[in-house]
Amino acid sequence: MNTFQAFKSDLNAGKTSCVETTTNFIDKIKSNAHLNAFLEIFETTALQQAALVDQKIKEGKGGKLAGMVIGIKDNICYINHKVSASSKILENFESLFSATAINRLLQEDAIIIGRLNCDEFAMGSSNENSAFGPVKNPLDTSKVPGGSSGGSAAAVAAGLCHAALGSDTGGSIRQPASFCGVVGLKPSYGRISRYGLIAYGSSLDQIGPLTNSVDDAALLLEVMGGPDGMDTTAFQEPIENLFPLQEGSSPKNIVFLGDAVNHPNTDPEIVSKTKGLAEKLETLGHHVSFKSFDLIDHLVPAYNVISNAEASSNLSRYDGVHYGYRSKDATDMETTYFKSRSEGFGWEVKRRIMLGSFVLSAGYYDAYFSKAQKVRRLIQDYTNKLFEDADFVIYPTTPNTAFEIGAKTDPIEMYLQDIFTVHANLAGNPCISLPLYRHSNGLPYGMQVMANHYKEKDLLNFSNFLIHTV
Amino acid sequence: MSSVYDNYKAVIGLEVHAQMLTKSKAFSADVNEYGGIPNTHISEISLGHPGTLPRINKSQIEFAIKLGLACNCKITEENRFSRKNYFYADLPKGYQITQFDTPICTEGSVEIETKSGGKKSIGLTRIHMEEDSGKSIHDQDPYSSLVDLNRAGVPLVEIVSEPEIESGEEAYQYLMEIRKLVRYLEICDGNMEEGSLRCDANISVMKKVATEFGQKVEVKNMNSIRNVQRAIEHEITRQIDVLEKGGIIDHETRTFDAASGITFGMRSKEEANDYRFFPEPDLLPYWVTQKEIDGIKTTMPPLPNELKKKYVSELGLSEYDAGNLTESKPIALYFEELIKQTNNHKAATNWLMGEVKSYLNTNGIGIEEFPLKPKTIANLIQLIDENKVSNSVASQKIFPLLIENPNKTAEEIAIENNLMQENDNDALSGFIDQALAKYPEKVEEYKSGKKGLVGLFMGEVMKLSKGKADPKKANQILREKLEA
Repeated sequence: MNTFQAFKSDLNAGKTSCVETTTNFIDKIKSNAHLNAFLEIFETTALQQAALVDQKIKEGKGGKLAGMVIGIKDNICYINHKVSASSKILENFESLFSATAINRLLQEDAIIIGRLNCDEFAMGSSNENSAFGPVKNPLDTSKVPGGSSGGSAAAVAAGLCHAALGSDTGGSIRQPASFCGVVGLKPSYGRISRYGLIAYGSSLDQIGPLTNSVDDAALLLEVMGGPDGMDTTAFQEPIENLFPLQEGSSPKNIVFLGDAVNHPNTDPEIVSKTKGLAEKLETLGHHVSFKSFDLIDHLVPAYNVISNAEASSNLSRYDGVHYGYRSKDATDMETTYFKSRSEGFGWEVKRRIMLGSFVLSAGYYDAYFSKAQKVRRLIQDYTNKLFEDADFVIYPTTPNTAFEIGAKTDPIEMYLQDIFTVHANLAGNPCISLPLYRHSNGLPYGMQVMANHYKEKDLLNFSNFLIHTV
Repeated sequence: MSSVYDNYKAVIGLEVHAQMLTKSKAFSADVNEYGGIPNTHISEISLGHPGTLPRINKSQIEFAIKLGLACNCKITEENRFSRKNYFYADLPKGYQITQFDTPICTEGSVEIETKSGGKKSIGLTRIHMEEDSGKSIHDQDPYSSLVDLNRAGVPLVEIVSEPEIESGEEAYQYLMEIRKLVRYLEICDGNMEEGSLRCDANISVMKKVATEFGQKVEVKNMNSIRNVQRAIEHEITRQIDVLEKGGIIDHETRTFDAASGITFGMRSKEEANDYRFFPEPDLLPYWVTQKEIDGIKTTMPPLPNELKKKYVSELGLSEYDAGNLTESKPIALYFEELIKQTNNHKAATNWLMGEVKSYLNTNGIGIEEFPLKPKTIANLIQLIDENKVSNSVASQKIFPLLIENPNKTAEEIAIENNLMQENDNDALSGFIDQALAKYPEKVEEYKSGKKGLVGLFMGEVMKLSKGKADPKKANQILREKLEA
């Protein structure tokens, strides 16, 4: 399998080098251009870094990630490289600085191979909202890869890199991981600094890895996580060593949320497999219980109000004045705003800016934004209570498998794709999607495991057990 | 004679923005300095680039707390930040980080002197922290507006008064007091021309017999304290004139034109922005602890009002002198040092507000650059008090020589230049005898009743003694000799 661990044994056995592997990946990206996963290959800098890392390895100075080839979602800043959030409004914009996560990867000798397509400003569940065209699911190119980190999931699934970074505001790592059959980890809110992540919903956004193994996810989190002076919302405690992971698992308290498992939107096959998993875990000696979750149908509305409100403000800076796209027809300040933003943003982004502005406006703030904040608090309280007893909560990641490109035209229907994923963002808990199943339609789907705040170590160890047991 | 204007009273509230003199900006490490080549005090954070995040510069919190303590405010424990959303070319993020529902200081007051010489307390509604915008420059390029982001993100406090100011004069006094305070605290340089202190005024008028406030109008763009007073005085008259003609006051924002001294309508409030305030998700609330407040208290400098009270009640100075001494902090601090060295507080005041101040004015310098140490001045005062030199010799001869030789003491200067007063009776008698011998006929005239001639003899004695004769003693001996 295309994992970093496998590459490392090849490297240690002298069967390959960083330059060779990077070159192979670059070729493979080019031959898979039809997937539209990569927006740009950082060919020159990736090969330079590969050569440098080969040298360091030779000198015995290679870092923890020496030679790991990583693609980054096009909303994470890398100094002197383009970053566009898959939007026309930032087309050809180059970042003046690197995200903290990128700096930490490079310090451990990772190789950043290019930037990955995504939904514009990470808004979407199918990667059809990119200004640079949709990404195709490598397992069935008529299907979407999920979103918004669709390029990241597709690239990892198609073997175009060892691992990818995504960002997850309402499921944008886990849902595409589920659709493409890879591991997708959303760490606790604040576990990885958001500095250098182009903001969508600031109180929900979190960077995380998409990988072919739980090991690689653990290693990447270990490197990227931990406090950062540039992000005061980052968790202030240092991150523990996560790698290597434990084998097996002691008996755990595991909760399944009945209202989620039996939700009417969920594919019956996924429902029965989820129930099967509960039974299996019980027979393996774990304590399994089903709990109700009355708030389930409030998750998506609360998420939408909060994320759109924050987005409407976060995206104000793209105004055609200072950087990025400016309409050629702009004649003064007002037309610079109107025309640049009207032409530069795609429809879904505009819809969310409008919704977000509406819920924050005088006269509607209390009815929408305040209400959503209260619902969020109830969800957090409920979740904290769950974890007083539970070690893990298990959910299907998605109510269905990957759907046809162009199939979903109703935005509400699209938003409901996030029904099981937004919980972890609203509550701030770490949550991982594991590619445990393949549907009778031939497509994969994931199961997500959520843990208490900052319990990533337990989460990853248990995920390692699950992926090898189920 | 009474006029229609006397039937009305004005209700005025001021919003003052003060730029904090922190080393770096409010939410980044970018340097906070006035001026500079445009767009050099910036980084990706000041530019609002994608992916950047703010972080709280703690100095601005300390500065705001200092001001709050100086105004007897309550200090807020949990400080949240909010976003105020609006579009403008010099606002790079499209929102301003500010405090909305948890201003760091509430319920304070500022004491001012009224025209009648009484005191009046103006209540403060709140003081909150926020960041400044950049600057739009419209007059340097014929085709485009230019934007300078050096100022973007500079920390500000906004000081909001209760609507308890009733005239332009009171507004003037209030702003002078605020400026004095921020300068004493060294948190703002208080320069309205450079915009480090800015003021908007909310003004309404109402009949004295009325119970409801009139419609308020906001006036902006007053770039000096005197102009705030002028704008308010003009606006009060304008509003009364409108009402007297049966008109109504529009809810609007007006701008003050300093050249003509009148206000013009800028925009109606109906067109006003909906700022869509909401909690800033990129910053955690900042919790101020009592320990922090106590720590800040220990670093507070003496405040002008405290010093003034002390000078009047403990040193026995007049209100007027005490006011002058505390007008600026460096002068007050110099005086504080001076009165540690001399008990003659009145003389200390006179020297500082007289010779020293006029030297500073003539040379256009501040007291920080004044070459003489308080101890030197105290020593000079002592020489006078001990009758070793005369007042006029001290001010006309010793003081200028001291300034040229600041490392010498007044006594050394006096001795070296032979300026010590002649107290020796024999020497004095000698000078007096010489003087009398010079004008024998005048002595006769004196003796026949022309007592005013004593001045002539004294002048001669002073001339002969080269100004060193102790005038009091000389006068006494002279009279004795003439009367003998």
